[in-house]
Amino acid sequence: MSSIVEPTIFELSSPGRTGVTMPASDVPQTALPNPEMLRAELPMPELAEVDVVRHYMRLSQFNYSVDSGFYPLGSCTMKYNPKINEDTCRLPGFLYTHPLQPIETTQGNLALMYELQEWLKEIVGMAGMTLQPAAGAHGEFTGVLMMNAYHQKRGDTKRKKMLIPDAAHGTNPASSGMVGLEVVTIPSDARGNVDLEKLKAACDDTVVGMMLTNPNTLGMFDEHIEEVVKLVHDCGGLMYGDGANLNALLGIVRPGDLGFDVMHINLHKTFAVPHGGGGPGSGPVGVSERLLDFLPTPLVGIVEEGDEEEAPLYGFVTPKHSIGRMKAFHGHFGGGLVRAYTYIAMHGPDGLKDISQYAVLNANYLQAKMRGVYHIPFDRICMHEFVMEGRFEGSDIRALDIAKRLMDYKFHPPTNYFPLIVHESLMIEPTETENKNTLDRFADALIKIAEEAKTQPQLLHDAPHDTPFGRMDEVKAARDLILCCWLPDNYEQLV
Amino acid sequence: MTYIPISPKERDAMLETVGVKSLDDLFTAIPAKHRFPKLNLPAALSEMEAAARLSDLAASNENAREDLISFLGAGAYNHYVPSVVDHILRRGEFYTAYTPYQPEISQGTLQSIFEYQSLMTHLTGMDVSNASHYDGATAAAEAVNLALAQFRGKRKKLVLSPALHPQYREVIHTYTQGMSVEEVGGEANLEAGPDALTALIDDQTMMVMVQYPDFFGRVYDYKKLIDDAHAKGALVCVVANPTALVMFKSPAEMGADVIVGEAQPFGIPLWYGGPYLGFFTIKKQYVHKMAGRLVGETVDNRGQRSYVLTLTAREQHIKRERATSNICSNQGLLALATAVYMSTLGKTGLQQVANLCYQKAHYAAAELGKLKGFSVEYKQTFFHEFVLRCPKPASEVNEYLLANGILGGYDLAQDYPALKNHLLTAVTEMNSKEEIDALVEALKEM
Repeated sequence: MSSIVEPTIFELSSPGRTGVTMPASDVPQTALPNPEMLRAELPMPELAEVDVVRHYMRLSQFNYSVDSGFYPLGSCTMKYNPKINEDTCRLPGFLYTHPLQPIETTQGNLALMYELQEWLKEIVGMAGMTLQPAAGAHGEFTGVLMMNAYHQKRGDTKRKKMLIPDAAHGTNPASSGMVGLEVVTIPSDARGNVDLEKLKAACDDTVVGMMLTNPNTLGMFDEHIEEVVKLVHDCGGLMYGDGANLNALLGIVRPGDLGFDVMHINLHKTFAVPHGGGGPGSGPVGVSERLLDFLPTPLVGIVEEGDEEEAPLYGFVTPKHSIGRMKAFHGHFGGGLVRAYTYIAMHGPDGLKDISQYAVLNANYLQAKMRGVYHIPFDRICMHEFVMEGRFEGSDIRALDIAKRLMDYKFHPPTNYFPLIVHESLMIEPTETENKNTLDRFADALIKIAEEAKTQPQLLHDAPHDTPFGRMDEVKAARDLILCCWLPDNYEQLV
Repeated sequence: MTYIPISPKERDAMLETVGVKSLDDLFTAIPAKHRFPKLNLPAALSEMEAAARLSDLAASNENAREDLISFLGAGAYNHYVPSVVDHILRRGEFYTAYTPYQPEISQGTLQSIFEYQSLMTHLTGMDVSNASHYDGATAAAEAVNLALAQFRGKRKKLVLSPALHPQYREVIHTYTQGMSVEEVGGEANLEAGPDALTALIDDQTMMVMVQYPDFFGRVYDYKKLIDDAHAKGALVCVVANPTALVMFKSPAEMGADVIVGEAQPFGIPLWYGGPYLGFFTIKKQYVHKMAGRLVGETVDNRGQRSYVLTLTAREQHIKRERATSNICSNQGLLALATAVYMSTLGKTGLQQVANLCYQKAHYAAAELGKLKGFSVEYKQTFFHEFVLRCPKPASEVNEYLLANGILGGYDLAQDYPALKNHLLTAVTEMNSKEEIDALVEALKEM
């Protein structure tokens, strides 16, 4: 196969070539400051617009994406991103409003944010909501700061322990670490629930709370959720809900009704904000009554009540014991909030319930088809995702090999090696936006791969074969640490 | 069923395969009394109705491009974004991809991040750029985390310039509230610039943070401050504006250890404050302490040059509670926007933008300074933002200007009570001479 490597933007550069140029100055000339203050060189690329477009077009074609095919990454909710959202978030009234404009000039934005806060509160059953966090992990950090501040404010300063199940995302312990808390890991039981006995033993008056993903990363809804919440509350702790798996719960159950005190929502998973190749996300956080005063500042609120004739005046308010500001300005407004608002407005209560019902149906359908082909360690009705083992008795095939081989069948692999409590884990989340045909083809590919694992294992070890690039040397990348490219050495002499 | 591609017949066949009778039967693990709540939400809109609703909301704003003349900056700047930027961003292959964990089928994202890292490295003159943070403020807070990790918590003092963006100070405060960090510098003399900070640095100081140009638009040479900090063993982080770095000497040349900032001016719309792009660049000795994603060059098993996420052992999914930060995303699509912006303008276009900002801001300052009762505060060199002292409170000036269709600037009294008549005014290439003259004219008649 001939190499299809794309030159870097610096290698494509040619001295003196220009792309988009700016108008001439229309004001009288001012002398530049003392040259000692100015930079001598600006080693930036020089290209024409067509060079730039073709470069990025070629790069785009190296990517797999939701728009090109099935992307069953567990816990990532890679659902279809509706095109209308791309248009609404780019309306000039949104694109060109400055975050520090007087509120009287941005009532459209503020009304949208206020309404979105109210909708999200209703969907997860919480009393308050901040839209400020920039991503799920940022939302977690926000939530843990509030939990800690709540105990501190009550003078309950000996609480330093955060309880986290062994199936949790790594962000849960990392978020707790950022607040200086000690993490206590709680094991799962044989059915994939929190081990109640172990939890009971860990619950005491030093517990800040528990961070629980429910359904958990095995795709299992905890069968003793009410007991779990009660144990944590009874020792004075607060319940944190990791919203990574909210796509299973819309119109199905509200975490607030189950007793959760705080939870983040990933607008980029559940509410179809595109993942953008790794960001930006958006991670609003909801809280129960007792954490209302600790929300970050500013929140969107009504600063002057409206009446029948006049709309209320929306503005910003600061909660009494706010943990402070989580980022500059007001959250991922354009890219996150406007898209999510559009999506929820187009679904309504019944449409949201459909999302979760079909997400769960699709996962169970795939799980049923995998039964007997791959080992499913926690085999019961799953929620929106399930986990199976990517290994076979007497074979040296690993989850990684299966994942890479799936690429040859034109599928994005599932999440692998997570959760950590399953050997050679393959975590599959189909989402509701895939049809039966796609799921059947995916199941057929996995069945075929299971056969290949027996008959031609080397084919899997060497996979992928039909992708533009093969397996990468990750050790070399970490050893050489080449993190930057340059203009060619003799750049100025190039013609 | 808006985006669900399953027919009732297909659904029934699938339910049969699963072995349940109805969709509701999939949810028996959920406590019955809380199952299937009735959500009190408005009924679903069709796409046509949603488009109209969103257009109404957007149109009920007065925006800073079509409806108002804007001189508002203070951390978010109104710049021209070439058309090509959004055309690239709207490629589904880019915006509907996930984090590039499978490099064989993610080279588009990986190479574009690698090039973004390279562009930021060369712009700042530092050794290493990561793949980005949420915004400039959180990047600044992560720089403090880097300092905490570097000194393993043995040094806890943080010297923050009083001329650091007030919201950045707030975010740093929020981020470090569980870490018993001692913040100093808030009360330092605003007139004295960096010299006021030197006296605050001691052998307990982990980091000194300043802004370039500072919040008031002033450009200082931080060489002496950085030397003084290094003499005490402290790190120095400079929060820089990328457009200013095109024209002015980079703080890398003055010895900065970390340069972070808000890259919104480079190809990202104002968008009411986000999402934006926090850039994060360092000297290479801090690479293992730096939070955030990093892309490195390697080869694949066919010998082709290619790119992967690297040094992932620093990150939360491996280190869990011992990670410096919990961050597990970058502003991927916006890093792409910035890379396309920098590539399309290139060396010449970037220099034109910086020069236009400088020229127009200086014209505006000169004309406004001539008005009776107005003066330009501070004598330092500035780039595209400056402090205008007004004859009455800035809040009143802004109200008057807004009535004339002008966003005059940022009222500094909100954060600095002593500066009650002071307006922070920003001018970019988007402001025509006509607009500047309109501002001058309006204030003359006030």
